[in-house]
Amino acid sequence: MNAPALLEVRDLGRRFDLPRSVPWSRPEPLQALSGVSFSLQAGRSLGIVGESGSGKSTLARLVMALDRPTQGQVLFRGQNLHALAPTRLRELRADFQMVFQDPYGSLDPRQTVAQIVTEPLQVLPDRATGAPLSRAQLREHALQALADVGLRSADLDKYPHEFSGGQRQRIAIARALITRPALIVADEPVSALDVSVQAQVLNLMMDLQERLGLSYLFVSHDLAVVKLMCDDLLVLQSGRVVESGPTAEVLHAPGHPYTQALLAAVPGQEHH
Amino acid sequence: MTLPSTPPLLQVQDLHVHLPTSAGQAHALRGLSFTLDKGQTLGVIGESGCGKSLTALAIMGLLPEGAQVTGSIRLNGQELLALKESELCRWRGARMAMVFQEPMTALNPLHTIAHQIAEPLRLHHGLDARAARARALQLLERVQLPRARERLDAYPHQLSGGQRQRVMISMALACAPDLLIADEPTTALDVTVQKEVLDLIGQLVREDGMGLLLISHDLGLMRDRVQQVMVMYGGGAVERATTEALFALPAHPYTRGLLAARPRLDGPRGARLSTIAGQVPPLHELAAGCAFAGRCPKAQSDCARQVPPWLAVGGDGVHQVRCPHWSLA
Repeated sequence: MNAPALLEVRDLGRRFDLPRSVPWSRPEPLQALSGVSFSLQAGRSLGIVGESGSGKSTLARLVMALDRPTQGQVLFRGQNLHALAPTRLRELRADFQMVFQDPYGSLDPRQTVAQIVTEPLQVLPDRATGAPLSRAQLREHALQALADVGLRSADLDKYPHEFSGGQRQRIAIARALITRPALIVADEPVSALDVSVQAQVLNLMMDLQERLGLSYLFVSHDLAVVKLMCDDLLVLQSGRVVESGPTAEVLHAPGHPYTQALLAAVPGQEHH
Repeated sequence: MTLPSTPPLLQVQDLHVHLPTSAGQAHALRGLSFTLDKGQTLGVIGESGCGKSLTALAIMGLLPEGAQVTGSIRLNGQELLALKESELCRWRGARMAMVFQEPMTALNPLHTIAHQIAEPLRLHHGLDARAARARALQLLERVQLPRARERLDAYPHQLSGGQRQRVMISMALACAPDLLIADEPTTALDVTVQKEVLDLIGQLVREDGMGLLLISHDLGLMRDRVQQVMVMYGGGAVERATTEALFALPAHPYTRGLLAARPRLDGPRGARLSTIAGQVPPLHELAAGCAFAGRCPKAQSDCARQVPPWLAVGGDGVHQVRCPHWSLA
């Protein structure tokens, strides 16, 4: 591999101290993640699969630099995110954005769509001039981001409650896209949506990836969704990687008993 | 064959529910009819807002205040809509019981597991505290809760999601009801735990010969779990079939759309999913005729005007569809 990876995770670990059972006892450690390594090339998608408590969301938060690891490194374009100065990290954040699971909880109900989607830009200066963006510029970026996700310009001045769950997730994706990131970390982005709406949002995410060359770190419990969305797959169990590889290969011939159990538990498979 | 002298376990006829909302009266259930025999399992599927949970709540007599109900719901021939609340309380739990989606909120965080399982036993069977506790232990062992004896005095927060759902199921089974309604019983659970819980419900229903109404938005989950499936949209049923026929020969454009929109484990990377145009309309904006007309690829001018009649699909006597333009292609 000559091309430097967009994202490289090296031996990443996170330990939490659980609340003490009695005040003088030593706090019980919980190793939420340990020894996780992988790399993600530009334009590719990596699926993170596992059950609750497997460390999926801890990993997503560490990659987003929303939490600090107790071990290992996250390199984004070769830069160690957790060693960067705060101002440098804030600038770099334009390049990696996040879409959360719950489109009801992740949008501020008191803000208009325009305020919500331009929020990531408000801390960033104009890339060319270094000056803060004007109101007109912010609105123009917002219009473009809404167009990217198939919403109309008339939607700019509406509030989240005026939209369905699928449209809200489009707004969340527009907010992530507005800084033109190279990487989107999506934590269960469609699991709160109905089947017919889920299909629309997944199609949109695939279209955007093709058009903008995005990379996705796609956290999901749904193996069929991961099969559709991801080139490669990482299976986490109790904070450790138990299996990884190209999605089609891993799901065709899972080597680890845990992956096999996950596959066998998927409901409604045709039995041949 | 059902003899005229033995009524079906559950018979719902022309059920209408009106709910007061901020946007006016919503006609939330629109003439729903179906029957369920003893020992039968029926799946109800549909997306959010189609009336699945409302159907369950109407049967249990747990509709929100201000709801207007017309039609008929008979359990073992007894008209439930004619019962007073005090009479209904004697049926609920004893003859019909429900397992809810979210075991964390459905259990009372302030009471121990034993206390909560014992409540219906003391209420309906008049057991004293000792006997109720002994029975609670039996029930927890029956739903295969690990270390059941220690767990009797545990509180809900000390159990995992799957364990809490086992406790919920043991409470529903406490008085050996004839009808079990499970509303998205595994949506909050991991896939491997989901499989265990569904296996357990299936096993208990077979052992006790209960009727099961299994409600889910997940079509795939119905396969292998129920004998028949009813597809709901916009407050009414649009298709009913044996589970096998529904997956092999889906007839209603909505059912076909739902099945086609699911990502498949054997599907290729990157292939676009087929979608259903638009979104589920709010209840107070439903058309007078077929509720799906506004999103339907096969809709004709007559669809939105009147509710289409049931038509038979194939010759099995079960498979019916409420669409004059249905096709299997």
